[in-house]
Amino acid sequence: MMQVEGKCELFEAGHRACAGCGPALAARLILKAAGENTIVVASTGCMEVFSTPYPETAWGVPWIHSLFENAAAVASGIEAAIKQQGRSEKVICVCGDGATFDIGMLCISGAFERNHDITYICYDNEAYMNTGIQRSGATPLDASTTTSPAGKCSLGNKRPKKDLPRILAAHGAPYVATASISYPADFVKKVERAINTPGACYIQVHAPCCTGWGFDPGQTIAIGKLAIETGLWVNYEMVDGVVAKAKKVRRKPVEEYLKAQKRFQHLFKPTPKTEEIAKIQAMADANATAYNIDIKLKQERQ
Amino acid sequence: MPLTIGCAARPGKARRNLTGSWRVFRPVFRPEECTKCGLCATVCPEGCVIETEEGTFIPDYDYCKGCGLCAEECPAKAIEMVQEEK
Repeated sequence: MMQVEGKCELFEAGHRACAGCGPALAARLILKAAGENTIVVASTGCMEVFSTPYPETAWGVPWIHSLFENAAAVASGIEAAIKQQGRSEKVICVCGDGATFDIGMLCISGAFERNHDITYICYDNEAYMNTGIQRSGATPLDASTTTSPAGKCSLGNKRPKKDLPRILAAHGAPYVATASISYPADFVKKVERAINTPGACYIQVHAPCCTGWGFDPGQTIAIGKLAIETGLWVNYEMVDGVVAKAKKVRRKPVEEYLKAQKRFQHLFKPTPKTEEIAKIQAMADANATAYNIDIKLKQERQ
Repeated sequence: MPLTIGCAARPGKARRNLTGSWRVFRPVFRPEECTKCGLCATVCPEGCVIETEEGTFIPDYDYCKGCGLCAEECPAKAIEMVQEEK
């Protein structure tokens, strides 16, 4: 068998991500969509650490990391300089949920308010995974992390996930979308659209983390699909603040998603916590109503 | 790693780090059952599944960490995970 030559990936093999890493797949797909004419700005996080251990890099495009909190500010500066010089590179921020939801909020808010022509992509693995699974503003209700451990006196994380896409849409962002690595073609399309939309655009991509969530590395895609099929994650697009399109599903009960992950095991063992599961089911139901994701058959409509 | 003046290392590529040594399970591709959909190459977090001239796919064992995503997602079930023996 002969190999097809000259097909080099822009996000190269040899990076140190765990086997079955969701964010690593997200990085590959982002560069597949963005192409060579791109400058990537990263914040501190899993992706920064596994893709660029000194003095090596897995990125085939210019890449810069400054601090945890200022990726959006660095990108703003790069975009302004590129515009001044009349260059055509696209600026993309690739940051984790900790850097986006918590630490970098100030700089992101500034960049979106000034409407720099950047694309901000948050790979959402729902906790600070790089430092050992601490909860963030993106951690869902009742997930057990090292800073919200489940036990006799605790049922895990007490707060639901922050609704960041809507916060950034409220800044007047022309294009805001959520995606999932489990639907690669949809994600690539959304990245392409965000890059080609003038102004500050935001994409939040659900990237399951086998180490932090506690599932078999081969299940990364399946877990991401379950999140969508249960209604706990909704893939939608917002154009000028209005939801334009949401992925419709035949919804499954949330237990299927929760049972598959170690971080939710305390909801089933030693005894099932029906009340807590009902709370999570109510969140999925609320999502279904808000985004109208339920597929209804003809008989059900009547 | 040789260090230069100021203890700064020469810049390098991640490619020189052969992550294949991490593998516990090895994906074995059966090209005769392959439907050439390319999903294995799309979902590989390493990007180390390569298309052959025949349109089927082979993994690059230098980098494959053995996560098993390709075997799990293959619609034709043409990829099998077998324990690595070293």
